[in-house]
Amino acid sequence: MTLSGKAAIAGIGATEFSKDSGRSELRLAAECVSAAVRDAGLTPSDVDGLVTFTMDGNAEIAVARELGIPELSFFSRIHYGGGAAAATVQQAAMAVATGMADVVVAYRAFNERSGMRFGQVSSAAAHQVNTSGVDNSFHYPMGLATPAATVALVAQRYLHTYGATSEDFGRVAVVDRKHAATNPDAWFHGKPITLAEHQASRWVAEPLHLLDCCQESDGGVALVVTSAERARDLPNPPALITAAAQGSGPGQYIMTSYYRDDLAALPEMGVVGGQLWRQSGLARSDIDVAVLYDHFTPYVLMQLEELGFCGRGEAKDFVRDGALELDGALPLNPHGGQLGEAYIHGMNGIAEAVRQLRGTAVNQVGGAANVLVTAGTGVPTSGLILTAA
Amino acid sequence: MTTTAPVPTLYEDTAPYWRAAVEGRFALPRCRACRRFHHHPRAWCPYCWCTDLEWAEPSGRGIVLTYTTVHQPPSPAFTAPYVLAVIELAEGPRMMANVVDCAPDTVRVGTPVQVTFEPRGDVAIPQFRPREETPS
Ligand SMILES: [Zn+2]
Repeated sequence: MTLSGKAAIAGIGATEFSKDSGRSELRLAAECVSAAVRDAGLTPSDVDGLVTFTMDGNAEIAVARELGIPELSFFSRIHYGGGAAAATVQQAAMAVATGMADVVVAYRAFNERSGMRFGQVSSAAAHQVNTSGVDNSFHYPMGLATPAATVALVAQRYLHTYGATSEDFGRVAVVDRKHAATNPDAWFHGKPITLAEHQASRWVAEPLHLLDCCQESDGGVALVVTSAERARDLPNPPALITAAAQGSGPGQYIMTSYYRDDLAALPEMGVVGGQLWRQSGLARSDIDVAVLYDHFTPYVLMQLEELGFCGRGEAKDFVRDGALELDGALPLNPHGGQLGEAYIHGMNGIAEAVRQLRGTAVNQVGGAANVLVTAGTGVPTSGLILTAA
Repeated sequence: MTTTAPVPTLYEDTAPYWRAAVEGRFALPRCRACRRFHHHPRAWCPYCWCTDLEWAEPSGRGIVLTYTTVHQPPSPAFTAPYVLAVIELAEGPRMMANVVDCAPDTVRVGTPVQVTFEPRGDVAIPQFRPREETPS
């Protein structure tokens, strides 16, 4: 039994990406879900499943009421912040493949910039009466609370272990912003950066400069998943779900996995990668586009290593050689990533993967047949390989 | 917005750690079966699942395994720049702490450190300061 090829993404929808949407999160969710359903050539009564992040403020039933979706036979939520992104599609695909639902919409919508800011910290988080509260008690009182600082500790160890430099991190930001510059939907449309500007940007938490850290955004993205068979009869070319995986590693924490042997690694992404290659039967060289979760640049380099696109500690050389350019060996985030387009917890990257496979992306990679997408790193995470039908 | 520095919440398994710190003692659970210390304190030994634990006092010596100098603090309670570090204790366990009593730009991977205690509210936080290497 395999999930590979059983289900497909048949529709994508999004709001505009902004810093202040001026409307409720529920309205953003309703807008992106309805846009995705319309894009799939379906109606609300076709939808019988909804899946989102535990972090999302919009309950499945609220979204269903908003859109007039009459009945739901499958609803589910994935934990661990941005690590949920690809897993929402995995859950949807499993529901479709096992007959639990026919059409499942995965969504994520928030006012992350104008509402509650993730880059900031909630003091209540250290006092939760659960295991997260215990974990946080050994981090928050020392002033470890922002995502940037949690990543900086891993990034510093990575630099120390492999002799990489801040400029190697910067090259990821420069590529993302270059791609965003020619994407009209990107927040940083028309605003490329140079490596010198990256180096001159202020420290947030050493070795992370401001331009190593992704923006905060308002917006929503939704993805319609149905069976591969049904998807073939719908208006847009299906993006087949060739592989879908979740992963958690040894000594796993949420952003603070400092207590396992190798500090300069993301073993949870290794767990995801192993499954993606096994499920798909594809080789690294079969991947035409990589949409890697880029909330912080160092984790893009480490993902390249965990996924086996280069050896341990070799991502710096891989990136220096221009592999991530649109005409390179592994074009990265043609939409501009979260550093350049928007931070919609990885869901906008999955939508970009679908556009690449349809051949409708603004920065189209010619003949893209297989796209690998990852979810948030530093947390239990997930990934997909999508394939043109 | 938090303006006083956060204090840890004391849970059943972790309270003795914080209470010892108030008395200026650095105490960690040690397994009576495999003799290993662990951090953070748990209800049983994560290495051998033994529940027969004792509170004992490791040396308080360690090294900086990795660190960051924070320039953008999470709340006004923290004054930037300050150093966050993962400390590897001589006895093996790792823990999060601030490296204090030194200029932030003097901290490196491998800097030897010694535990010190920072009073805060009703508890105290085990922190670390650079330690002069003594020839052994
Ligand atoms: Zn033991």
